[in-house]
Amino acid sequence: MSGRARDSAGLGVTPRAAVALAIFVLLMAVAPFFVSNYVLSVLVVVLFAAYFGQAWNLLMGIAGQLSLGHALYVGLGAYASAVLFVRFDLPPWLGMLVGMALAALVGSLIAALSFRFSVTGVYFALLTIAFAEFTRVLFDHFGWVGATSGLFLPVANLAHDDLLFLRGSTAMFYYCLLVLTLGALALSRYLLHRRIGYYWQAIREDQDAAQALGIDVFRYKVAAMALSAAMTALGGAFVAFYNNNLYPDTVFAVGQSIEIITAPIIGGLGTLFGPILGAFVLTTLGEAMTSLSGIFGIDGLKQWFYGAVLLAIVALQPAGLWPWLRARLGLDETRR
Amino acid sequence: MKHRLNRRDFGLGAAAAGAAIVSAAGFGRARAAMPPVKLGILLPRSGFLALIGQQCQRGCDLALAMLRDSGYALELMNGDTESKPDVARTQAEKLIRDGAHILIGAFESGATAAVAQVAEQNGIPFVINIGSDPAITEQGYKFTFRNFPTSVMIGRNGLARYEDIFKATGTTPKTAVIMHVNDTFGQSMMRGINALAPKMNLPFKIVDTIAYDPQARDLSVEVAKAKAAGADLHMPITRLNDAILMIREMVKQRYEPMGIISPGSPGMYERQFLKVLGKYAEYCTANVPWLDPKQELTKELEKAFYKAYPEESFDLNIGYSFEGVLIAADAYKRAGSTKPQALVEALKATNITKRVMIGGAIRFDEKGQNPNQYSAVVQNRNGKPTVVLPKENAELAPVFPMPGWGHRA
Amino acid sequence: MLYLNIMIAGLLTGAVYGLMALGLSVIFGVTRIVNFAHGEMMVLAMYAAYVINQQLGIDPLLALPLITAALFCLGYGLQRGLINRYIARPDHEQFLLLLAIAILITASLLMGFGPDARNVQLDYAYDSYQLGALLFDKVRVFAALGAIAGAAALWGFFRFTRLGKAIRACADNHIGAQVVGLDVKRLYAITFGLGAACVGAAGCLLLLLVDVQPYIASDYTLLAFIIVILGGLGSMPGALLGGLLVGVSEALSGFIIVPSFKSAFSYALLILVLLVRPQGLLGRRA
Repeated sequence: MSGRARDSAGLGVTPRAAVALAIFVLLMAVAPFFVSNYVLSVLVVVLFAAYFGQAWNLLMGIAGQLSLGHALYVGLGAYASAVLFVRFDLPPWLGMLVGMALAALVGSLIAALSFRFSVTGVYFALLTIAFAEFTRVLFDHFGWVGATSGLFLPVANLAHDDLLFLRGSTAMFYYCLLVLTLGALALSRYLLHRRIGYYWQAIREDQDAAQALGIDVFRYKVAAMALSAAMTALGGAFVAFYNNNLYPDTVFAVGQSIEIITAPIIGGLGTLFGPILGAFVLTTLGEAMTSLSGIFGIDGLKQWFYGAVLLAIVALQPAGLWPWLRARLGLDETRR
Repeated sequence: MKHRLNRRDFGLGAAAAGAAIVSAAGFGRARAAMPPVKLGILLPRSGFLALIGQQCQRGCDLALAMLRDSGYALELMNGDTESKPDVARTQAEKLIRDGAHILIGAFESGATAAVAQVAEQNGIPFVINIGSDPAITEQGYKFTFRNFPTSVMIGRNGLARYEDIFKATGTTPKTAVIMHVNDTFGQSMMRGINALAPKMNLPFKIVDTIAYDPQARDLSVEVAKAKAAGADLHMPITRLNDAILMIREMVKQRYEPMGIISPGSPGMYERQFLKVLGKYAEYCTANVPWLDPKQELTKELEKAFYKAYPEESFDLNIGYSFEGVLIAADAYKRAGSTKPQALVEALKATNITKRVMIGGAIRFDEKGQNPNQYSAVVQNRNGKPTVVLPKENAELAPVFPMPGWGHRA
Repeated sequence: MLYLNIMIAGLLTGAVYGLMALGLSVIFGVTRIVNFAHGEMMVLAMYAAYVINQQLGIDPLLALPLITAALFCLGYGLQRGLINRYIARPDHEQFLLLLAIAILITASLLMGFGPDARNVQLDYAYDSYQLGALLFDKVRVFAALGAIAGAAALWGFFRFTRLGKAIRACADNHIGAQVVGLDVKRLYAITFGLGAACVGAAGCLLLLLVDVQPYIASDYTLLAFIIVILGGLGSMPGALLGGLLVGVSEALSGFIIVPSFKSAFSYALLILVLLVRPQGLLGRRA
């Protein structure tokens, strides 16, 4: 007996892993019926973190481009869909598409400029921060979308959920985000095993070698950025409609960008389930810390633990928690 | 609703129970026969607004003690919004889950908007102690009640006081320059002022408006611009730290207008401002809603405040937070039940004349907004923010123009 | 005349920015570590100066040598003990490590001091020198002089001392330095210590000009990067020049266009430089 499950279906997923995933999806699907509104609202936070983490993971974990200004796309998606709804009564499902297109355009521009001018590594990261911050200050002065006073979406008090206009209960948003998260998971999995995924990984490992091998590095880098940006903007639209208020200083902030990247890094960069695991771990830790700080009344305790956890992961388990957990649970891909 | 327990919930449950026990114990004074109403207080206890959040908390704590002594039955449950709207949302949900009957908060407009939504969705009444964004009472919410003026009201009432100052002191400036912080509050105030100023026939002309970044590290450029405008009157719209920076720069650059009078923003009446700037803080004036020194309740509150917190400043954050709790406790007393609908009806019928802030009785219009708002002229005198107008509530007479920087004692 | 006054104020402040950025430039130029905790270390120094001022009544300018030395030890220890292991690791791990350190520093300061702004009360805080119609803020002048002195000292160290030359050799040719027997690990640690010392000195000087609170750290980290990239990573005069430029441009842009747009201007500048001339004004092409 080899002691390891075989990948008989050829999907690169062991039966054990498939079962685990199925259980996870089932639990998440029925959760709203068993948990309080409070826990549900926390789960929504988890799913937002997981989804954004996956979008970012595509760019960083798979294609190897360190973007520290992803809040830019969250903001673009949020504002685009929100403004179109507030000013023109456009349903968010259409506004989302506009946001995604806008983000993809901006992302492609940044990627193209960086490639053209050979801005890589930490310089690229700084470039992304600069773009995000510049846009933030720009929106701070953009009167038409409310500038620093923010954009408010009118809230309708309906007895039922309005899916068309995304006005409704926490549970409705929960399910939307769950679908998004699982969709992102599926998409990442799909792309990883296609040519584009392999090219991205090649670029991540050694860009020059990839170029030498004839891979059109420019095209694939821009594609990675555009896709990641569009996915992020999609989530951004949901941020706008869930919170019903948008401020440039919150949605475009560097802090938001940093929050987006910590879940996938803690969970496991480049892995499929890592961002989701990271989101769960970080959010529950955050909630626990909030309660603790409340009892002890110490300001900063939550951030301190946050930093300590980050440090611990970087020092002890830089590949993230998921690879470790995956091995422990025996969900690894086939080994002979 | 069935709830899946886990270790975290046990921890949180224990914490909530512990907090409840602690707050209930040691208060064996005369109490009404009714069980206490649970008030969920949502404030920025951490994050960059923590200082103000703590001030508001002091107001709430004093209200708890004083109202209990007067026979009201109440209990406080504290939640931290971390100065962030999404955290405000989850914490509001948490307090409701833990049994809060009325929510009170949340100081910062984004957090307040988030809590108002949660309150509306859960059908729990929400009393806004401080939060000036006009949009919040324009959403058609049935469960939100705001005692605080909107930024438009603050602007209008603040602008109205200028004439009173000039009449009382016999001097009128001809020109003015506005320097405002470019954040939610500042922009909101400016919009109000731009709309109202032409209609109000102000005796002075606004020659320049200078906006600055709320995170500005130094305001030398902005103050230089203001000085270059050469106006008689300086009208700042600030928060605390930038107010300190601004005045310091004005002294350094020897920019001495006839007066520094804010149309209604925080900063210049706060303890930190007075402490840091010392003699240069004198005569800085703000037209803001303020505590009524002539009300009995205010005198009682002030005494209790300085006894418990001798080093802190007794300002409007204390007053409005106190009133927030007062409104909730009063509504419960009249409703006689913790059922949300009963509380909402009682809140709608609120009519409190014995209050701590200057203004008419506390009541709410059909949008949930208290329309009886009034701004007093509060001038820093002898190291303390002092009401100088209106005369009925004043402790000292207003001084305008102010003595130059070099002529300070 | 007004323009001149504003430019002068900008130049003086810019000198302090330059010293802060110098530390970053030195660290990156030699060890290739991108110190994302740069602003946080400076804020740490600012709080240290504040505490000394509160408890002992000593002017930050006088406390400067002590704090500089303390930050040097901190930087040395941090590099030797922790960061050194990450030199060869991928960019994002380094970044995350320093980010974690930055968060820990900010959170500790928050827990220790709370979020309110602290400042030092100086007797000469409101004084200014007058030269005709030109107004020189006394405090700014002192700070700028301190910054220039610090930068000169550092430059002298690298130019004239053996240790300085050894470090430069390390930066120029990592392998070659090892070949000739230089203890690269130790030199890296010293360099990080020097960068930290720079930032410590800059912090003492900056405390004279602005109030300190835990949340200003990330703004300064970003500012340091802008300056260093503008001036050229690894170029010391470049860092100083970049600081002066940023100081002046912030001042002027605030004056000419809307002041609240100041920071956007700096970011636009950064983007421009990164794209058009990533080696900065005085840097060498990597």
